Amino acid sequence: MSDSLRLCIYLCIMILTTNGVRILPLTLIRKPIKNRFIRSFLYYVPYVTLAVMTFPAIMEATQSPIAGLLALIAGILAAFFGLGLLPVSIICCVVVFICETFIK
Amino acid sequence: MKDNNAFLKGMRDGLPIGLGYFAVSFSLGIIAKKGGLSPLLGFFSSLFTRASAGEYAAYSLIAVGASFWELFIISVITNARYLLMNCALTQKFDSKTNMFTRLLVGACCTDEIFGISIAWPGKLKPKYTFGATVVAAPMWALGTALGIIAGSALPIRYVSALSVALYGMFLAIIIPPAKRDKAVTAAVIAGFLFSYLFSILPLLKEISSGTRTIILTIAISAVISLIKPVKVEEEVAENE
Repeated sequence: MSDSLRLCIYLCIMILTTNGVRILPLTLIRKPIKNRFIRSFLYYVPYVTLAVMTFPAIMEATQSPIAGLLALIAGILAAFFGLGLLPVSIICCVVVFICETFIK
Repeated sequence: MKDNNAFLKGMRDGLPIGLGYFAVSFSLGIIAKKGGLSPLLGFFSSLFTRASAGEYAAYSLIAVGASFWELFIISVITNARYLLMNCALTQKFDSKTNMFTRLLVGACCTDEIFGISIAWPGKLKPKYTFGATVVAAPMWALGTALGIIAGSALPIRYVSALSVALYGMFLAIIIPPAKRDKAVTAAVIAGFLFSYLFSILPLLKEISSGTRTIILTIAISAVISLIKPVKVEEEVAENE
């Protein structure tokens, strides 16, 4: 299989699956889910997924792992004190940039 | 309110969302580049998907040449929250809304678009959701394309700094609910801890990062659901 064909199949899977998941409840489920375990499971899933994907990956994304770790701490603090998506993202970037100016 | 006004209001509310998207999807483009995407492919795949965590996971898997099945399963898992969100959305429609419109609104829903749509007073005006999407989605796609173009032209220090933008956004999504709800705090800490353990312990570290995400998400969410099931109305309000 050629690389470009393979890439197109990957992207089609991503697009169809993501939107399929989005529209599935609107076609199949007309009433709210009653099962308490499933409701709870779906409630926790996004937080666990994002936590698992963030750490330790954030330390592997940067040139210096310490810069990634400091960005993680700064991001947690900024979000804890109520800053939104954009400010928290920018703070993380700035922390890494400053750290890597001094470390190395 | 007339439908045209709802559309315009949606466009106005979509602008700050789009600006936030732009910075984040730029860092997504840097990852997409590793997966071999051209700027054009990045633009359209991002435009039609519009899922930060889902796209991040998908492009990462593409970069390491994962199997199609792995990509499918991780796409379901990383986007599973939309199942719940859009379940809540089904209650928001006027009963006269036709199925096609419902599906289109559902497909438009990202975390942020869902948030403003569910917050609309009374029954949802689909045109409000569409207005927000026509502004925010192209900015998301454009950011991805520019990330692919400029990611490779930027000096490594800038790329290194920008590559954490996405993690910053993840933190901004998970930390505020963790502050309010101790069970979410536990879920987040368990996620960090076990993900780290899986990356350093012998044998466990051989597991690919995509599979690790699937295993840990299912296991930790299931355990916490058993220990601390949510109250009936809780999860809908929390996702706004």
